[in-house]
Amino acid sequence: MAMALRLYLLLIVFLSSAIVSFSLYEDQVGLMDWHQRYIGKVKHAVFHTQKTGRKRVIVSTEENVVASLDLRHGEIFWRHVLGTKDAIDGVDIALGKYVITLSSEGSMLRAWNLPDGQLVWETSLHSAQHSKSLLSVPVNLKFDKDYPILVFGGGYLHAVSPIDGEVLWKKDFTAEGFEVKRVLQPLESSIVYVLGFLHSSEAVFYQIDSKSGEVVAEKSKAFPGGFSGEISSVSNDKVVVLDSTRSILVTISFVDGEISFQKTLISSLVEDSGEAEILSPLLSNMLAVKVNKRTIFVRVGDQGKLEAVDSLSDETAMSDSLPVADDQVAFASVHHEGSKIHLTVKLVDDLDTVLLRESIQMDQHRGRVDRVFINNYIKTDRSNGFRALIVMEDHSLLLLQQGAIVWSREEGLASVTDVTTAELPVEKDGVSVAKVEHTLVDWLKGHILKLKGSLLLASPEDVVAIQEMRMKSSGRSKLTRDHNGFRKLFIALTRAGKLFALHTGDGRIVWSTLLNSPACARPSGISLYQWQVPHHHAMDENPSVLVVGRCGSDSSSPGVLSFVDVYTGKEISSSDIGHSVVQVMPLPLFTDSMEQRLHLIADTDGHVHLYPKTPEALGIFQREFQNVYWYNVEGDDGIIRGHGMKSSCAGETADEYYFTTRELWTVVFPSESEKIISTLTRKPNEVVHTQAKVSTDQDVLYKYVSRNLLFVATVSPKGAGEIGSVTPEESALVVYLIDTVTGRILHHLSHQGCQGPVHAVFSENWVVYHYFNLRAHKYEVTVVEIYDQSRAENKNVWKLVLGKHNLTAPISSYSRPEMFTKSQSYFFPQSVKTIAVTSTAKGITSKQLLIGTIGDQILALDKRFVDPRRTLNPSQAEKEEGIIPLTDSLPIIPQSYITHSLKVEGLRGIVTAPAKLESTTHVFAYGVDLFYTRLAPSKTYDSLTDDFSYALLLITIVALVAAIYITWALSEKKELSEKWR
Amino acid sequence: MAPILRSTPLVALLVLQISLLFFASTLPISSGSEDSYTITGRVRIPAIILAGTAIGHAAKFSNIKVVLNGGQNISFLRPDGYFTFHKVPAGTHLIEVYALGFFFSPVRVDVSARHHGKVQATLTETRRSLTELVLEPLRADQYYELREPFNVMAILKSPMGLMVGFMVVVVFLMPKLMENIDPEEMKRTQEELRNQGVPSLSSLLPASR
Repeated sequence: MAMALRLYLLLIVFLSSAIVSFSLYEDQVGLMDWHQRYIGKVKHAVFHTQKTGRKRVIVSTEENVVASLDLRHGEIFWRHVLGTKDAIDGVDIALGKYVITLSSEGSMLRAWNLPDGQLVWETSLHSAQHSKSLLSVPVNLKFDKDYPILVFGGGYLHAVSPIDGEVLWKKDFTAEGFEVKRVLQPLESSIVYVLGFLHSSEAVFYQIDSKSGEVVAEKSKAFPGGFSGEISSVSNDKVVVLDSTRSILVTISFVDGEISFQKTLISSLVEDSGEAEILSPLLSNMLAVKVNKRTIFVRVGDQGKLEAVDSLSDETAMSDSLPVADDQVAFASVHHEGSKIHLTVKLVDDLDTVLLRESIQMDQHRGRVDRVFINNYIKTDRSNGFRALIVMEDHSLLLLQQGAIVWSREEGLASVTDVTTAELPVEKDGVSVAKVEHTLVDWLKGHILKLKGSLLLASPEDVVAIQEMRMKSSGRSKLTRDHNGFRKLFIALTRAGKLFALHTGDGRIVWSTLLNSPACARPSGISLYQWQVPHHHAMDENPSVLVVGRCGSDSSSPGVLSFVDVYTGKEISSSDIGHSVVQVMPLPLFTDSMEQRLHLIADTDGHVHLYPKTPEALGIFQREFQNVYWYNVEGDDGIIRGHGMKSSCAGETADEYYFTTRELWTVVFPSESEKIISTLTRKPNEVVHTQAKVSTDQDVLYKYVSRNLLFVATVSPKGAGEIGSVTPEESALVVYLIDTVTGRILHHLSHQGCQGPVHAVFSENWVVYHYFNLRAHKYEVTVVEIYDQSRAENKNVWKLVLGKHNLTAPISSYSRPEMFTKSQSYFFPQSVKTIAVTSTAKGITSKQLLIGTIGDQILALDKRFVDPRRTLNPSQAEKEEGIIPLTDSLPIIPQSYITHSLKVEGLRGIVTAPAKLESTTHVFAYGVDLFYTRLAPSKTYDSLTDDFSYALLLITIVALVAAIYITWALSEKKELSEKWR
Repeated sequence: MAPILRSTPLVALLVLQISLLFFASTLPISSGSEDSYTITGRVRIPAIILAGTAIGHAAKFSNIKVVLNGGQNISFLRPDGYFTFHKVPAGTHLIEVYALGFFFSPVRVDVSARHHGKVQATLTETRRSLTELVLEPLRADQYYELREPFNVMAILKSPMGLMVGFMVVVVFLMPKLMENIDPEEMKRTQEELRNQGVPSLSSLLPASR
């Protein structure tokens, strides 16, 4: 018996000391996780529909993505996410088989294979200065290889062969003040026309031979009024430009190399004059001008005469013109009317000829139409049909065809800025949502199938059946709360100011809402906070979130608060707060009787405002008035300031929710040697299970757990740049731990010869940060653990018994903390984009670091690998405790990539949230893609896993019962025969 | 005379130092155009590593990215596996290759200004220096656990298997063990135990008296 006990204990020890890495079987993909692929807000779109076969549209987006989409279903055929500094300026199709992208301000030209997205060639173009870039790809339908791709950027005009990317010739236009505005390459012509402005007052016109790059002719003519920069090219020999006063349209015609100007007053075209603006759509022989919020179409006659032909309301988006049959050119315009949008396609030459007029019911939560791209196709009756790709204000992408939305993509989700979690509604009594799905036989059958699967006895059909069963099972996409807390909502705020609620079960959008504001048309979203989470009182209230937005991009522009009901997605209220928003501080533990959380918002003047503006909240706040501290970081100046509350401004202004603050402390980093690159605090809602850490030799370490710790990393100003721009001697990285109440620097650690970027994570009493070591030329990860020295004497049991301990002594941030730190560094073989840590409901489960690598994968690394107590040869006792022998670099176990064989392209952030089940945590990663999974850092020790085989248990029980009966029968028989003997 | 002679190299050194200082201060300014070089390399996945992977599609070059200095520049591979970084200043750089299904060591690349952009490369993981910039994965990554095939031992080792095994032992082997003991000896030991006064369960119960 003792032996068995010992064996059992040994087994337990073995199980607990084994390193549990996240691991997944291939057939478990999609059971707990989901992955959504996006591209971002579309900037340019080029249709490719000429050939039979797959119809596709090539798009480039603001997230620096170039992608090929299926025109029928909107799926992604292929996509490439370029680097963050590699913004795409233009995209086109050359030779009918290559996608040409121009990026990096016109200095990088790439060709991708149209069917599969393979890079074909890449050319770096010379650039000397910053300028707008232009891409001109010859539109030759006959695949004539003689015409080069013309690229203007960085002061140079390059002619590039579309076949192999070879630069055929380049022309220097870097002369001072010269700006190339248009590059025209007429069909069937070997002459390239280049038009530019010299000092914005002289039009210069070049004719360049497209084969050799020689200037054939050069003409210039001064324009006394000066140009304002915007230009609209209406035909092959005319452009229209605004003069510097923006009240005169100037037609520049360059027929036969002669430049002539023709001025037309805008006031002569339309009655209401004002500052005019030339709109971007390229229409032939016509231009669109925006005057006084109206869009006016101006036709350009043969002699350069201008006449206004039509005008439209402001809420109109237009496409470029598109050649349709018989030398006609058409364009599309889209405008709103109530909940409908009207798509109209007209001929440019004859605005009364409407080729298409469609009205489409549109979701109000998409805002207005931002961009339109049209494409035509020949219907079976030989008439022209049109499809329109429209980009809405919330960044979503829709394809309209034949009066219906063929497909839509929620591209707003590619630019998530902030994420929070919310609970789903509780299942109401009496209303059973769960359906009775199985009879016992079905249930048993299902489990036997699962058993077969887990024993690898299943046939391929069985495998399919199992997978299907798993996907459908357990009601994972129900819209109610579950016992384990696996079903939740992730609320995501996007850059377009749209709020999405995503279900953790299958990732579908439960609701979405576009923020509105009374003050401005579309506020931009900044951050999200949990506003009301009823769990004790106010149970009838739905939980809600606070969205902080801003009218305008400047930090001093007025803020907007919006409160959104989490269950329904309805905006409860929205208020224009009339002051700027610099910092939003949710006050921990302070809630009013409605369970609304108190928030402080700091403005640019250093005053703070209390929300919600109720007398009750004010009462709560005033009680704790003296204990409220806050800090701000001025990264550019290298100053961290701590503030305390001073007084209410009730006397000065009528607003009694408005407080002044006083500066308590400042930490100034010398600007010549240190520059702040990263600051970080603990998550305010983090749960710490135990303060004490018992080591093997019965020693107790007390964690120094404080909510007021700030981690700051600084580097030498020279080392703030990229890797490779600095030598090891010139750069040093220093990290500090600062108490934000007193401003005391509790600990600092300097790393010579190291530089940023620093990615850090702060949890409980430890900080883990990732940086670059220039000496070893490798990335490093350092862990710092902070322990409380003042309680170290409490180890003595007698002291505890006699009550001589200081455990009940109040902890004050004012007293000088006695603390000590332990730290250790390791090499890490990858660049990192972001680091997060798992969080569980009670904080008992061991933690894992979630490292978002530059390869857009997420690695789960057990915290035990970054434990400063690791030694080269741990003793037996330490091994039993789970201390891993020290290695110089952290291991990358491929099975512990939680994203398995997926990538979260453009990864920007990882959010973790606890489930109700202690062992489990939700992980949500966002970037261009979204990814969600559920993690159990120490395996699901508190529940049976999904693939627990009940069938095996049943079979065992049946076998045991059978065995009992058989043996009973046998023994009866034996007894009988013995009695006969 | 001698002191003057001795001082001339000193002066020369001083002049050199000043000029070096001057150059050092001007270098970052001029690096925009003259001091930028091109790094060209190649990614190759040997057939041995490729054979060991389950993810065949990952081997396609269109999904591989080459990253310079932790994201400063991202380059893609051409069909022949070549990649290029343009406009790289002289200095020590880091190149990483990201391909799903493979693990590449980061490469330390020294671009020499003196030798007009001559490139020296070292794998930082293995400290092996490369004669030419051909990057090969260190290993193929397997992201999934492999299901073990049907195995009798695995079933027996599972808790339920152990339970069944234990029962079998009790049912079949215990009677055998009991048989081997002599009944008289058994009785003797039982009596001995009783005499020792070990409080057995039966003796505690009043009904057994």
